[in-house]
Amino acid sequence: MSSKQKKNLIRCIISLILVVALSIVFHIVKAPWWIELPSFLIPYFVVGYDVLLKAFKNIRNGQVFDECFLMTIATVGAIATGEYREGVAVMLFYQIGELFQSIAVGKSRKNIADLMDICPEVANVLHEDGTITEEDPDDVEIGSIIVVNPGEKVPIDGVVISGETSMDTSALTGESVPRMVRAGEQVISGCISLTGKLEVKTEKEFEDSTVSKILELVENSSMHKAKAENFISKFAKYYTPIVCYLALALFLLPPIVRLIIGMPADWLDWLMRALTFLVISCPCAVVISVPLSFFGGIGCASSKGILIKGSNYLEVLANVRTIVFDKTGTLTEGVFEVVSVYPEEGITEDYIMEKAAYAENSSNHPIAQSIQKAYKENSEKDVNNSRIDDVKEISGHGVCVKVYAGEDNQGAEGREVITPEHEHIYAGNLKLMERIGLKNITPHEEGTVVYVGLQKCESDANCVMNEGHDAVPEYLGCIVISDRIKSTSEKAMKDLGSQGVRTVMLTGDVDKVAKKVAESLGVNTYRAELLPGDKVNEVEKLIEEQGSGGKDAENRNRLAFVGDGINDAPVLARADIGIAMGAMGSDAAIEAADVVLMDDDPAKISLAMKISRKTLSIVKQNITFAIAVKVLCLILGALGIANMWLAIFADVGVMILAVLNATRTLRIK
Amino acid sequence: MKKTYKVEVDCAACAEKMQEAIKNTEGIKDATLSFMTLKCKVEFEDGVDADAVMQEARKNCKKIEDDMEIFL
Repeated sequence: MSSKQKKNLIRCIISLILVVALSIVFHIVKAPWWIELPSFLIPYFVVGYDVLLKAFKNIRNGQVFDECFLMTIATVGAIATGEYREGVAVMLFYQIGELFQSIAVGKSRKNIADLMDICPEVANVLHEDGTITEEDPDDVEIGSIIVVNPGEKVPIDGVVISGETSMDTSALTGESVPRMVRAGEQVISGCISLTGKLEVKTEKEFEDSTVSKILELVENSSMHKAKAENFISKFAKYYTPIVCYLALALFLLPPIVRLIIGMPADWLDWLMRALTFLVISCPCAVVISVPLSFFGGIGCASSKGILIKGSNYLEVLANVRTIVFDKTGTLTEGVFEVVSVYPEEGITEDYIMEKAAYAENSSNHPIAQSIQKAYKENSEKDVNNSRIDDVKEISGHGVCVKVYAGEDNQGAEGREVITPEHEHIYAGNLKLMERIGLKNITPHEEGTVVYVGLQKCESDANCVMNEGHDAVPEYLGCIVISDRIKSTSEKAMKDLGSQGVRTVMLTGDVDKVAKKVAESLGVNTYRAELLPGDKVNEVEKLIEEQGSGGKDAENRNRLAFVGDGINDAPVLARADIGIAMGAMGSDAAIEAADVVLMDDDPAKISLAMKISRKTLSIVKQNITFAIAVKVLCLILGALGIANMWLAIFADVGVMILAVLNATRTLRIK
Repeated sequence: MKKTYKVEVDCAACAEKMQEAIKNTEGIKDATLSFMTLKCKVEFEDGVDADAVMQEARKNCKKIEDDMEIFL
């Protein structure tokens, strides 16, 4: 509680005690009004002086209709008509309500602030002479060496040059299991080093570092207001004056009509009704609870590693009926790896891997790299570049290289002697194998397959591609490479399916692979062999196919696209809502998308949708509940059935309930 | 030019009114005030003195809502 809130709490308590005490006293001892009135004015001023002052100031500044004005009129009116106790009670409960609201708002602010606590205050810069100074992260230049001690946050993105530690990334990803980080690996600002001391070479300025980007994003999120929020602020703009005029009419018209038809005017009774009407009408329940709900929803999502860029996206997300996934990097890890090797008889796995590694050594293709990586990890020997000669990439087929033998012929200086004996290694798809004369290979069904063929040549003759060559190369076997499916992808599809969401997978990969992935995950439909540009067209087609669902423009069915943000920025933009895999620090993804999943976990999408639906249903509950209670009480008040106590409930009670309901968004699981 | 200011205000409706007042201040192109983060993002017209403009904006806000503060 802030000092201001504490002060208000004390005022409320003092005033409450005084009101209760005075009520009891005057219940036992009847006192004339000139004693009772001043006595009740004491708690009234204790609790309400600031409201009166504010109302007065606002009128002087030409701002008439606001809460303070309503409260002043209503309480002064009640006191003027002899209802001293009610007058004070209205003010008291109004203040208690305000206090309550300010605590609730403060609490959700704090929840967000805890998330914001990822921001590091200082960077320990290690200078060349070995001294360490504390500096403002803003002043640290790219390429500086910073020291991160155990328990400290990494202030700036960079690469570890020495030390190892387990890293708590939960503030960024919601993932509670710490990650091991060693020299040579990237670290992201905002993570906390738990066990070891690191020396990090910075790669970015502080303002471009992940932590700054995220803070900016979350802070800006409440600037993108949802339609419901805009509706409320418009509503309040017209509502308050209208209610004031209605109250005036309620006070003036019936007595005048009664006078005309010859009945007693009963001014006092109608004044009371008008005042009750005013108290009931206070719009604060709706005005405060709607933005609070959205804020809570966004806060709740961010604590789980889902960054939503604005309240408006919560609305869209709740109406998503189709989710389109990019395959690589979204449903799969995006990292190719050798999953199995199938050697022909009499040939070892290591042998094939060695030959394949030589064949693929000069290529940057992800598949080639996966073979190089697998070879490096499993073999003590490196690929000797000087033995490779004459690399031919055959587009759409594979690669063919000429490799000289000589590995075992150690020369006097310990250098390898390269002999004229050489071999040609062919690595590629089935088409390549057919082209070199290997016609009867049984194709492998799964994944991406690299077939390896070998041709030994004794002389330096050029026997590439088997053209003009009698001998058919020897078939060694094949290597299956696959992009590992994320462990949570299947659960993600299942959860989305149970929420009635249609899932579509788009990929540039071949149909066979796409089909296998789609089937194993349970994706509803898939489209394969798409070029990057085709994806936009596909998404447009899907949006059209889906239609509006028979609903108006605001609530129509929506389509979400989930990608890793690397080369699908146009698709992210074209979809109703773009969800990017944050990839822990990929700026491109954070820029392009409306929602960012910090830990790249597709299962978070159904959680995000759940949060958005819950938030919206809480918003709707609050709007409906508050307006329904108000309208009912307004009618009762106008008819003279509702008294001031009911009016207090309709105002403060509804507000407190609405605020309590709104804070439920923070606890969505 | 864009700048972000910390603000203090007690109610959502007042925040809304403050935002309007800041927006309507001369030299300010656009302003968004978030009641939840208590921050106000202000976009200035080209070539104005931001500090002077914000002083003016603060005065305008005080007029409509006395119980608020913009931390300049």
